Amino acid sequence: MTVEPTTLQLVWFGLIAVLWIGYLVLEGFDYGVGMLIPYLGRNDKERRVLVNTIGPVWDGNEVWLLTAGGATFAAFPGWYATLFSALYLPLFLILIALIVRGLAFEYRAKRPEQSWKYGWDRGASIGSFVVSLVFGVGFSNFVIGLPVQVADGRQGVHVFTGGFWSLFSPFALLGGVVLVALFLFHGAIFIALKTRGEIHQRAKAFAEKIGLGVIGAGGAWLLWSNLAYGTGVPGWILLVVAAGGLVMAWYMVRADRDGWAFIGTAVSTAVIAIGIFLRMYPDLGFDNSSTMDAPLNIVTASASPLTLTIMTWAAVVFVPIVLGYQAWSYWVFRRRLSTANIPDDSPQREPIP
Amino acid sequence: MDPVSLARWQFGITTVYHWFFVPVTLALSIIVAIFQTLWFRSGDDKYLRLTKFYGKLFLINFAMGVVTGIVQEFQFGMNWSEYSRFVGDVFGAPLAFEALLAFFLESTFLGLWIFGWDRLPKKIHLLAIWLAAIGSNISAIFILAANSFMQNPQGAVYNAVTDRAEMADFGAVLTNPVLLWALPHTLMASWLTASALVLAVSGWHLAKLNRADRAADAVAESTAEDAAATDATTSDPAPAKPDNTLAAHRFAAVFAAVAMMVSGVGLVLTGDESGKIMTQVQPMKMAAAEALYETAGGDGSGAPFSILTIGTLDGSRPIFVIEVPHLLSFLATGTWDGKVQGINELKAAYADGQLVDPDNKLQQAYAEHMRAWGVDTHTPIIPVTYWSFRLMIGLGMASIAVALLALWFLRKDGLPPNRRWWTWLMVLTPLGPLFANSFGWIFTEMGRQPWIVSGTLPVSAAVSPGVSAAEVLISLIGYTLVYGALAVIEVRLLLKYIRLGLPDVEPVEQVTDDDDVLSFAY
Repeated sequence: MTVEPTTLQLVWFGLIAVLWIGYLVLEGFDYGVGMLIPYLGRNDKERRVLVNTIGPVWDGNEVWLLTAGGATFAAFPGWYATLFSALYLPLFLILIALIVRGLAFEYRAKRPEQSWKYGWDRGASIGSFVVSLVFGVGFSNFVIGLPVQVADGRQGVHVFTGGFWSLFSPFALLGGVVLVALFLFHGAIFIALKTRGEIHQRAKAFAEKIGLGVIGAGGAWLLWSNLAYGTGVPGWILLVVAAGGLVMAWYMVRADRDGWAFIGTAVSTAVIAIGIFLRMYPDLGFDNSSTMDAPLNIVTASASPLTLTIMTWAAVVFVPIVLGYQAWSYWVFRRRLSTANIPDDSPQREPIP
Repeated sequence: MDPVSLARWQFGITTVYHWFFVPVTLALSIIVAIFQTLWFRSGDDKYLRLTKFYGKLFLINFAMGVVTGIVQEFQFGMNWSEYSRFVGDVFGAPLAFEALLAFFLESTFLGLWIFGWDRLPKKIHLLAIWLAAIGSNISAIFILAANSFMQNPQGAVYNAVTDRAEMADFGAVLTNPVLLWALPHTLMASWLTASALVLAVSGWHLAKLNRADRAADAVAESTAEDAAATDATTSDPAPAKPDNTLAAHRFAAVFAAVAMMVSGVGLVLTGDESGKIMTQVQPMKMAAAEALYETAGGDGSGAPFSILTIGTLDGSRPIFVIEVPHLLSFLATGTWDGKVQGINELKAAYADGQLVDPDNKLQQAYAEHMRAWGVDTHTPIIPVTYWSFRLMIGLGMASIAVALLALWFLRKDGLPPNRRWWTWLMVLTPLGPLFANSFGWIFTEMGRQPWIVSGTLPVSAAVSPGVSAAEVLISLIGYTLVYGALAVIEVRLLLKYIRLGLPDVEPVEQVTDDDDVLSFAY
């Protein structure tokens, strides 16, 4: 069955890919930093340096995920409905992890006790780990294709037929490990880029070590993905670019060029995502082999032309504005931090009884 | 329990919980922005202290709103996938707009505000809190537009090929009469809630600063040989400069009490208009709000408004009832003897095939399918709608009374009494409007039953066909436990910072050197 999407449908498929890329590249280093707080920060002040590298921006980065979700809902209701209900328990895990992680950043400094702070640090670390792992498994399943079927003979309604445990194939598990490792690498490089002094050195040393692991595991996943679920020449080109980005990042960390290293992992993350979305065209990451003549794809899942048109105008006007002020906020907080910049805990005054 | 009930409980719990934080965020962001503006214009320290103090309470609350908000956007697809598929073409757009126009603005500029005290020029820093506050309030527009579509699905048509509702007129979605009154009503409710919090906090501190009463207490307590308590209440931290703590709290308390009065009046007016719209587009909800079984009014008699009923609300004769004659007719129709349809008449009409809103295009087009879903009961749970409606109004009215009382104590340099009953009143003050918000939403969503999209799609047809009851139960238990634990943590943090009182402030200077210590860091 040939699929002939309209221009608007293609634009929105592309825009949703862009939103996911924005989310993965930006929140990717937040998750990396989150996971690394207890391991790279040896005392409270060092941990505070780490938290403060992402403190002003993590929430804005997370909105990329919300916008990706909202845009999928609006532009491809069928995609949103079937995907989100298919991944019910994985998404539940992600939501709980996001709740704990988000509060960890905001609440850790609100009490002076070390047990409180270190408890939240553990929450940030585990939360960031779970989100990265589950998204890695999830995206790998989009590459494989989530099997769907028409529900109760109703043509437009599709349900996932795989079940929870079917999501954990070896390829998907490797994908989970790769995303965790990639975000650790990306996050460590971000820390190196944003800090000075001892913590900077420690982050670099960690990045060098994890970098080799990412190149190995990521390379294996990319090869596997191209051999088993290939998209032809474009897929191989993207593989080369993604792997090249990782190698460049690793080399640049060693060469003390943190900015270039960061560009390396950012490009690699983006290109891996592009590869996944290429594979997800036109079936949106679903396996339609048992849907007969009623597949769930970019055409059948799509919103009406009117809705897509309205949304397109909004995107054309507001996406550049959002990019502008987000970039500006990174500029405002461009300075590198070290423990010297972190104020002492203000002595707690006695509360009024 | 069946998946539908479980999914409903989950939506109810997560949404009511999320809405504990949203109203405070919506208005407190603006209140903090106003305090900072006053500081910017006058240079008076007391406004800066208020900004930092209430800013901290705002952020503790805001974080909870953010993290529980993600659940909201995702659970439509997770638990209500058939609803999402059916209305996504109309309902999804406001959610996407909300993220793109509101959430980015709010989160980015809030980050700039929190960490930007020493990195941004004062004026830009002030602009940051205003943009964050505006972002929050823009989100209210879109989420209420989405909700109003569920109450009164206008601006959409039914497409038989795709078997779903589709956007016909986005302008009509954004000018839904339900939205036009629900938006100001919700924003006023937010103002009532956030101002009540400010009044409670500053009112409590003012009572503690009430020297006359404190001296009396000190005597009473020392006779009780409770020396430690006396020390704590009478020893002042020695301030280096003239202490403006009292002036600051007084300003905040008066400001908040006045804001409560104004928003209280606004709530009555917008609520009244909302009621009239509701009578037109969801007559059953109005009848359910009143437990009005038999049609009343319209023949010169007028329907009475029941203030309180003792006995069952099943249409049999109640044991005891307080009623105001003709008031329901006026509230529902705007005339003193207007006709208000009762539950029994509406039920019979629906059984005969009448639409909830006969003029609604989506309902007309989908009617055949709607009947095929076999909606056998058209009645919400009457005790829930009846009592939640009264609790909403009652708690709102009580809040206005508290504001009046506070203003009375604060007149002519007066202070509230340093008495236990005042402390308890201040503890209850923010809870009143907070729960009024909850009851208002419980009323409006339970009163919509059995529909998820009024008169069109029944709730029972909206759940995810592929999700099992066990899965929903797992998440329901998970959210409830996590939310419960977080509530304890959040309230303790709020109380800690409320007790700490106004922070001392130092002149804010922009950081220029890489080695400078930041004035603020997590």
